[in-house]
Amino acid sequence: MTAVAALEDAHMTTDRIVLRRRSVSRPLLYGALVLCALLTVLPFIWVISGSLRGLDEIRSDPGAWLPHDVTFDNFVRLFRTEGFGQFRVNSIVVATIVVVGNIVAASAAGYALAKFDFAGKRIAFGAVMAAMMVPFTTVFVTQFVITVDMGLADTLAGIALPGVAMPMSVFIMRQYAMSIPDELLEAARIDGASEFRIFFRIFLPLAGPAVATITIMSFLTSWNNFIWPLIVAQSMSTYTLPVGLAATSQAAAHVTDYGLMLAGAIVVMLPVLVLFLLLQRYFVQGIAGTGMR
Amino acid sequence: MTTTLVPGTRRAQGTRRTPGTPHRARRSRGTRRTAVAWLFLAPFTLVFLLYTAIPTIAALGFSLTDLRGTDLRHPLAVDFTGLENYLRLFRDQSFLRDILNTALFVAVGVPMTMGIGFALAVALNSGIRRLRGVFRTVFFAPVVTNVVAVALIWQYAFNESGTVNKVLGAAGFSGPNWLDDPNLAMPVVILLGVWRNFGTAMVLFLAGLQAIPEDVYEAASLDGAGRWRQLRHITLPLLLPTTLMVSVLLTVFYLQVFDEPYLLTNGGPLGSTESVALYTYHQFGSGEFGLSSAASFVMLLLVALVSVVQFRLLKPRA
Repeated sequence: MTAVAALEDAHMTTDRIVLRRRSVSRPLLYGALVLCALLTVLPFIWVISGSLRGLDEIRSDPGAWLPHDVTFDNFVRLFRTEGFGQFRVNSIVVATIVVVGNIVAASAAGYALAKFDFAGKRIAFGAVMAAMMVPFTTVFVTQFVITVDMGLADTLAGIALPGVAMPMSVFIMRQYAMSIPDELLEAARIDGASEFRIFFRIFLPLAGPAVATITIMSFLTSWNNFIWPLIVAQSMSTYTLPVGLAATSQAAAHVTDYGLMLAGAIVVMLPVLVLFLLLQRYFVQGIAGTGMR
Repeated sequence: MTTTLVPGTRRAQGTRRTPGTPHRARRSRGTRRTAVAWLFLAPFTLVFLLYTAIPTIAALGFSLTDLRGTDLRHPLAVDFTGLENYLRLFRDQSFLRDILNTALFVAVGVPMTMGIGFALAVALNSGIRRLRGVFRTVFFAPVVTNVVAVALIWQYAFNESGTVNKVLGAAGFSGPNWLDDPNLAMPVVILLGVWRNFGTAMVLFLAGLQAIPEDVYEAASLDGAGRWRQLRHITLPLLLPTTLMVSVLLTVFYLQVFDEPYLLTNGGPLGSTESVALYTYHQFGSGEFGLSSAASFVMLLLVALVSVVQFRLLKPRA
């Protein structure tokens, strides 16, 4: 879609826009934007302040906005909680499989769709679009049955496998590959390089920005994925962080140990938020380019 | 071969490589290219067949049988029951209620998300410079957050003695236990969905706005068109393709809403926040695979229908 290109242009057009629209009442606009920004970050403020409050403090005054005494006790308890370290490792393992899978499998598919003329191309592209559109709700029962039949129930591989060739990644790579001149690949082909060599040695290094976007988007999807791991993981040994956090909070629903839960929430959110702040451009491109998460 | 990155240099020598008549050469080269292309596509195709194509067809198949969770080891022992599951669905009061709930998610969630996203995009595109990047980062941040984590924050904040009620208390109101109230749970659940999605709408609208050529505004400005008229007669019509895309995207998204109600209320209280997706999951959980598949196929039809209708409605004017 053209959204990515438009974003690239954004910086060029800003100057002219500034010239055009001086007449808005600036203070009003800024006031409204600051208000919206504050409302948006409110949940982040709650989670940080809540996680820094001690157990007694949360019990005696659950709704307070700021901690009276800042304590890191919740985080200490969290890292001592049974299984929590395992959840983190599981999340990292699943995300790694998914990211590597997408860089190789989904990139290869996107590359073929952009750079080859072949019988069945329209069908293949139709498959990518279909994979993007079929609701997860429709397929999860059979996906689960298939996972059980392959002996992958309650394994990290079973959790990761459906995500190793995301249609979103294929789409991103296809769009990017179309902008790479054929001559570069043709030259290597004439030199006798095999198609796989061309893909790995010439194409992928040139596709850096697309690979970066795919890496980030597939990591984000895998790290935040909730329903599928919830269905496949049946024991604490395969819980990913979100599933583990949800299970722990549901088990603790009557204890209302919110400090511990909010500390967990921070640990789950932090890696992605830090990545987002550092590599914002790729996140925005990934979502604008495909219109999905 | 690493030296061949300069395009064109070796082409002249290389063109004569393929033996045989030109026609046959082209043909065999085409076959070879097809083979190579499908080899590249093989991993994706395998995953697609295994996790999208087969499951979609199987969902249709399952929905016509009395498959239960306990039948998994003997899938051939199940009976074909025709449309029985679909008849059961539409006689099930809770399924009908869940369709209405889902419609409410869409009817409230989509306009709210689009409205906020559009307003912020217009504001950020109106020529402000200072803090523009900061605002964009802040408004987009909810999109990348983990839903389980945010749901915990929501529960903490909308608790009976939570942060939100603290504010209401200070203003003299006694706040309810939001998520335990059949009338109030839904707004809180929808609010979480909107908070998580308006950033996506904003980014898409921003991209659409920036694709509108500046000259159009300049011309309108010279003709004496004010800000509102420009918004109504230039921005909105030219933004129609973007609006269409965002509305389809969000409608399809809210139709499938699962995470928010599952995590905040698990569909309660009294089923007041159970969506169709959650119904499917609950039937699956209680072993009713056939019924669950029927519900999930109704979902597929709804998603397809909405996409087609929305494109039909909005396309001719674009």
